[in-house]
Amino acid sequence: MKRRTFNKAIAKGIATAGLAAFLSTTSWAADTIKIGAVWPKTGPLAGGATVTQGPNIEMWVKQVNARGGLKLKDGQKMIELIEYDDKTNPGEHIKAVQRLATQDKVDFIIAPYGTGFNIAAAPIYAKYGYPQIAVSAISDKIEELTARYPNLFFTLGTTTAFVEGVRDILVDMRDAGTIGNKVAMINVADAFGIELADAARPIFAKAGLEIVYDKSYPLGTPDLSPVMKGAKASNPDAFVAWSYPPDTFGLTEQAVIENLDVKAFYTAVATCFPAYGGKFGSKVNNNLGAGGVNPDTPEMKAYFKAHKELTGKDADFWASANTYVSLQILEQAIEGVGASDKAAVSQYIKDNTFKTIMGDIKFENQFSNRFWTVGQWQDGVFRGVKSVNVDGAASVRAKSGWN
Amino acid sequence: MKQVSWSGIVLAIILFALAAIVPLVANGYHLSVAVTAIMYVALATSWALFSGPTHYISLASGAFFGVGGYLVATGMSDYDQSFWLMAAIAPVVAAILATLIGLATLRLSGVYFVIFTLGLAEMVRNLVSWIQNNFLGSRGLYVLTDFTEAHIYWMLLAVCVVIYIFGWWLSHSRLGFALRIIGNDEAVAKHVGINTALSKVVLFMTTGFFAALVGAIIAPRYSYIEPNQVFSPELSFLVVIMALIGGTNRLWGPLVGVIPFTIIWEIISSNFSNFSTLFLGLAFLLIVYVIPNGFVGLLEKWGRRLRA
Repeated sequence: MKRRTFNKAIAKGIATAGLAAFLSTTSWAADTIKIGAVWPKTGPLAGGATVTQGPNIEMWVKQVNARGGLKLKDGQKMIELIEYDDKTNPGEHIKAVQRLATQDKVDFIIAPYGTGFNIAAAPIYAKYGYPQIAVSAISDKIEELTARYPNLFFTLGTTTAFVEGVRDILVDMRDAGTIGNKVAMINVADAFGIELADAARPIFAKAGLEIVYDKSYPLGTPDLSPVMKGAKASNPDAFVAWSYPPDTFGLTEQAVIENLDVKAFYTAVATCFPAYGGKFGSKVNNNLGAGGVNPDTPEMKAYFKAHKELTGKDADFWASANTYVSLQILEQAIEGVGASDKAAVSQYIKDNTFKTIMGDIKFENQFSNRFWTVGQWQDGVFRGVKSVNVDGAASVRAKSGWN
Repeated sequence: MKQVSWSGIVLAIILFALAAIVPLVANGYHLSVAVTAIMYVALATSWALFSGPTHYISLASGAFFGVGGYLVATGMSDYDQSFWLMAAIAPVVAAILATLIGLATLRLSGVYFVIFTLGLAEMVRNLVSWIQNNFLGSRGLYVLTDFTEAHIYWMLLAVCVVIYIFGWWLSHSRLGFALRIIGNDEAVAKHVGINTALSKVVLFMTTGFFAALVGAIIAPRYSYIEPNQVFSPELSFLVVIMALIGGTNRLWGPLVGVIPFTIIWEIISSNFSNFSTLFLGLAFLLIVYVIPNGFVGLLEKWGRRLRA
């Protein structure tokens, strides 16, 4: 049935596509190790993924191949990378991962970009036994998810930890007398934004922080002026926005326009992007945001340099490094096992400590409890100021004006 | 109106049996493609039940599909309800929503109706996000079940069977006859005493019901629901294109559109992923210029020529 209708379709003049598809799959290199990757090159998540996910994959493959490939027991093997675009669509993502697993028969797959995509793909990784070292996935259900999917690893933290990081910063600043108790909080009315705001209300209240303004705005709205005006009118000591990339930029712009005078100004996702610092320059000095790095270690310095050289782009000051770390872990585990044995590599990840650009990483119950939660733009660099079990946090500074 | 032939029934049963064994013989990737295809068969066929005879092009599939997925996710994740309960509630809610929307908008005709339905998915997405944000709260919408793709495939296949039986009944009913008259000339339909508003609303409700049911069944496949993904305008366009490519004058028309479209879409996304939107555009042009009545119309034209 399928075959017949397909043939008819071809007969109607679409044969070229099919023919080219056939030709393009016949070229393959011998003696390589095949690594697959599916991430959003188009669609709403593409903006973040082309900063954080894509360049690190490119960089890692280039580095490994430049040194002759992955060292396995039967000799060194070059990486053959097979990438697909999931178009920020979970259905497309699932199909693409299945294609990697059953058609391309890749040896390993680099974990998806985005919480939803990691969870949507987890059953397939589990079915075929691929280790899945998730980076851009933040959840409060890590325990339940790792119990369900024995090859799924989390590295970037939990929703609650992120909120607690912000709370700690605000409490520290309050206790030092820098700010008062009043917090204006807004969130994007979409999955992660709602989740963070929901977690923040009781956590802030318990710490004695008073939420004087609590509003949401729709995803993708270009008009953020009303929420910023409202926040300003509430006369807060601190401003917290659980925001996504486009609105992180939009809210900052509005804060400049409204001249929102707070000593602590926090926006969530994408504050750590080089483009954010690039766009606003000194105006966003001492702005707080999600994530962070310690850019002063020799390993991180080398990483930023190599990233720029090999991909032509600047790494972000948060999950870029984590993404690269996840690839280092995969690399060390494959070489540690010395073979393309998925089960053994998964077990190796569970049992060993990995030397990475962010220091030693070890998984406990498939969770690496070592990550940055809050960072701050300090003189052109976004430094981590709050972390869970990572050393090198800079001390937080008070913001003074938008100059 | 001719009676159904026995050969037709036998053919339908054979096709159904073949479709039912797909998960037993296909590998993971082919099954994934099959799940996507059968999802669109269900959506496009139920879409054509309304839009085929009446010529009201509805871009609301995404809105109802989203309601289905979203209700299942909220119910399971935030209220600890079972999948089955939520999958039963979701289409009913969508049907009620469709009725309200239908009553308000089916007086619109032509392009006004199309534009309204296009905006609908956005409106519903914002509405549910707003309600969730302000009244319900959420800790992430997880839909964790033990369903495999094979289970989801079979559930969708069952939905397809129901849609086909309903569609067959419809085409032999007074309601179906009324819809065809409305499609040909609404003024005439009114004059001969057809309650045009009621007929249109009933059918619009049906498409809403089935789209939400499909969305509900797909939710476990996505595992984690984000409103901006389930309320996707692209889905609405794909449903329309696939149905029109197949042809909407026959119940099995959309099926003839969905299967080649899914396969070609797959080849393009895996090999030239930058060109899938271009392909969508070409498919549109193809429909408008070459096959206004779909593959089915084309086949029937050739059939008539052969006989002549």
